[in-house]
Amino acid sequence: MTFISNLINGISLGSIYAIIALMLNFAHGDVIMIGAYVSYICTTSAGIPPILSVVIAMAVCTVLGILIEGLAYRPLRKATSLAVLITAIGVSYFLQNSALLIWGSNPKTFSSIVPFDSIALFEGKLIITAESIVTVAVCIVIMIGLTLFTKNGKMGKAMRAVSEDKDAAQLMGINTNSTISLTFAIGSALAAVAGVLLCSAYPVLIPTTGSMPGIKAFTAAVFGGIGSIPGAMLGGILLGIIEIFGKSYISTELSDAIVFAVLIIVLLVKPTGLLGKKINEKV
Amino acid sequence: MDKMVPYPSGAIVPERDVEKTPILETHHLGIDFGGLTAVDEFSITVGRTEISGLIGPNGAGKTTVFNLLTNVYQPTRGTIMLDGKPTAGKTTAQVNRMGIARTFQNIRLFSNMSVLDNVKVGLHNSVKEGFFASVTHSLGYGKAEKKANERALRLLDFFSMADMANADAGSLPYGAQRRLEIVRALATNPGIILLDEPAAGMNPSETAELMENIRRIRDTFNIAVMLIEHDMSLVMNICEGICVLDHGKIIAKGTPDEIKSNPAVIEAYLGKKKEADGNAQG
Repeated sequence: MTFISNLINGISLGSIYAIIALMLNFAHGDVIMIGAYVSYICTTSAGIPPILSVVIAMAVCTVLGILIEGLAYRPLRKATSLAVLITAIGVSYFLQNSALLIWGSNPKTFSSIVPFDSIALFEGKLIITAESIVTVAVCIVIMIGLTLFTKNGKMGKAMRAVSEDKDAAQLMGINTNSTISLTFAIGSALAAVAGVLLCSAYPVLIPTTGSMPGIKAFTAAVFGGIGSIPGAMLGGILLGIIEIFGKSYISTELSDAIVFAVLIIVLLVKPTGLLGKKINEKV
Repeated sequence: MDKMVPYPSGAIVPERDVEKTPILETHHLGIDFGGLTAVDEFSITVGRTEISGLIGPNGAGKTTVFNLLTNVYQPTRGTIMLDGKPTAGKTTAQVNRMGIARTFQNIRLFSNMSVLDNVKVGLHNSVKEGFFASVTHSLGYGKAEKKANERALRLLDFFSMADMANADAGSLPYGAQRRLEIVRALATNPGIILLDEPAAGMNPSETAELMENIRRIRDTFNIAVMLIEHDMSLVMNICEGICVLDHGKIIAKGTPDEIKSNPAVIEAYLGKKKEADGNAQG
């Protein structure tokens, strides 16, 4: 039974990684943290219902994402990817320290936004938390929605075109700046959802709450294959399962090391990731 | 300013458009990279349904001209008038919407996307559709998407590529990739299409087909075509006006016959007569 319960926890944690992994941006983990804080403040200080607090968090993060893109990344559109990477690290520290300044360093105890009770199966031997069910369900809905959006929609096609060849897309009349803004807006709104789900399952909220999940989600994206939605999903869930299994069967301290060791092995054996096709230049 | 084709030539297009404003005009266009002048004093006029050629030795600045015309580079000097309107300060995407499209010397398709989707990216600005409609496939989506599909397929069919619509663009044979680039550019509904070495890497029969296609593009879409090409038989065959560039400057403009007999052109391509003699003897 512990095996099944570990598996479910792993899939649930992995679903969160998968949502974060849709967006490749080193500061993305910190957007998640901001989303969680906004939801926390809304529910505790303003008494706003949890579901509404998620919507507000999504709105705040959407604006934040567009601002980050416009102020930090847009001026670097023609710069080397190293400059963009270092800027992303800067944005990450900026967000963490802003959170520290606004909300302080004391851990906040996030109360779950999921209003249902856990489900007990097999006479209470297997307990599935409502959070994990909601997390997995939300992840599936997001993945399907996003797949449809990028596959069929005009804006989705523009996004794929811009990520493959920015200059050529521009010569097709596509406004690359607004397309990239839209990508950040969607990614950041989803980050808010991921932040709330993460903190519902692991309720300690501090300014660095998002950084480790952010890096792991980056790992998941590379693991599954950069630029592929099913890849992000697969990479995220596998990573979540590996992490939880590592924690419970090998060592809590070593679980992160195991996760990254797996990444190194995957990169050595299949550098394009599990579902990756071709590596395109990507910022 | 001289038109590259000063008088109606040939009867391929029923009514020539000497009376209308030219689709493209440049005045004293120039660009410097650091201290180096890559293009200078580039002034041309292209009529609405003219097929023109931009030729010159390697490094003459031909692709730089294309990059200037599409605002990939901002000119250091001079102006560009597209469809009678200045393009200064516009982005590449805006200039495309004003009516200029192009292909690339090295094929730059969205190779992970299907052939159909590549064309539909070109149709981006002619399809109106809401954000949520594209996720939910509701109402407006179906209509707009159906229209886009139809148009994309019709364009592909024009180049006998409709049967490849669902293949990945990157998996197409070389010649088909070149054609797809042209289709994708045409999808943006341009008034002038710039082709950067469209015949590069093609065998003679493919080149012949390309020539036929270029004429069909002009006749069907009623647009101007401007091409950079090293294949002289292609250029002399289909271009009504030719502009020769050397070291970033125009050294000759005129009809194919005028260009063929122009001493400055012969010199640029073959070197000075004396030198050539000297080399032959040595």
